[in-house]
Amino acid sequence: MLTEQDKQIIRELQNGLPLVSRPFKVIAGKLNMTEEGLIERIRSFIAGGQIRRFGAAVRHQDLGYLYNAMVVWDVSDEKATETGLMMADFEEVTHCYQRPRCLGWPYNLFTMVHGLSREECVRIAEKISKATGEKNYKLLFSTAELKKSSMRYFE
Amino acid sequence: MELDSLDRKLLKIIQADFPLVPEPYRAIGEALEITEDEVIARIKNMVDSGLIRRLGGIFDSRRLGYRGALCAVKTDSDSISQVAAVVNSFSGVTHNYLREHDYNMWFTILAESEEKLEEIVSEINKHPLIQEIIVLPAEKIFKIKVNFDLA
Repeated sequence: MLTEQDKQIIRELQNGLPLVSRPFKVIAGKLNMTEEGLIERIRSFIAGGQIRRFGAAVRHQDLGYLYNAMVVWDVSDEKATETGLMMADFEEVTHCYQRPRCLGWPYNLFTMVHGLSREECVRIAEKISKATGEKNYKLLFSTAELKKSSMRYFE
Repeated sequence: MELDSLDRKLLKIIQADFPLVPEPYRAIGEALEITEDEVIARIKNMVDSGLIRRLGGIFDSRRLGYRGALCAVKTDSDSISQVAAVVNSFSGVTHNYLREHDYNMWFTILAESEEKLEEIVSEINKHPLIQEIIVLPAEKIFKIKVNFDLA
């Protein structure tokens, strides 16, 4: 469980690390902690997986990739894991998830692909289809981005 | 912005291997044989130019106890901006895209608990212009790509 202090640390870390000689000391000072205590806690967040990575996040990689398609697949439940892992191996796939089916929505695997053209996205999906033998799929191209923001936790 | 070879090396270090020590910029400077001040100035340039979105922790929402789902709604093309305004008003909605499908608006929700997530979904679902909503939480995550290509 996260303590109130843990949540404060997370709030501070999402504001960005100060560009000063002793950045952790600055944050620790705000939280009534010692510099070493804060660094230790950050290390334990990394070890525990709450922090996936510590450092610079660069602007999203799809600069230059004008087209993105969410490719959705209807794969039999028995083969979903094996197929999901295969799809994840494709360099062109940035995200791959299994999600539930529901009424009017038969697709259970989701892969995001990026390309310089629509045709390129279509070709990538065909390549994945061929490799996995899965033929029941659809490409949902995005036509507009309505929102894109970083999550702010515990605010 | 134009990156020289030193910027690229620096970017690589601060993306993949940021030193967790009291004086991180000095430590990076020692590795690159430049001063702490130069490290700070170069990072500041990359932040100001927008290349670096943020310097700090990249969190795993699930491990922080958050719950998330991908959602899709069907809405008339005339009401897209009104529906988007409602959907986007929730801070837990971080991404929202129009896509070519009957389910034409696709967005992600993150919330502090399962209950909060359901609350947001039901608030959105109340809107008279939304015809149908599907809620698709991830059951398995096979890949989330972390990209280092810029370095």
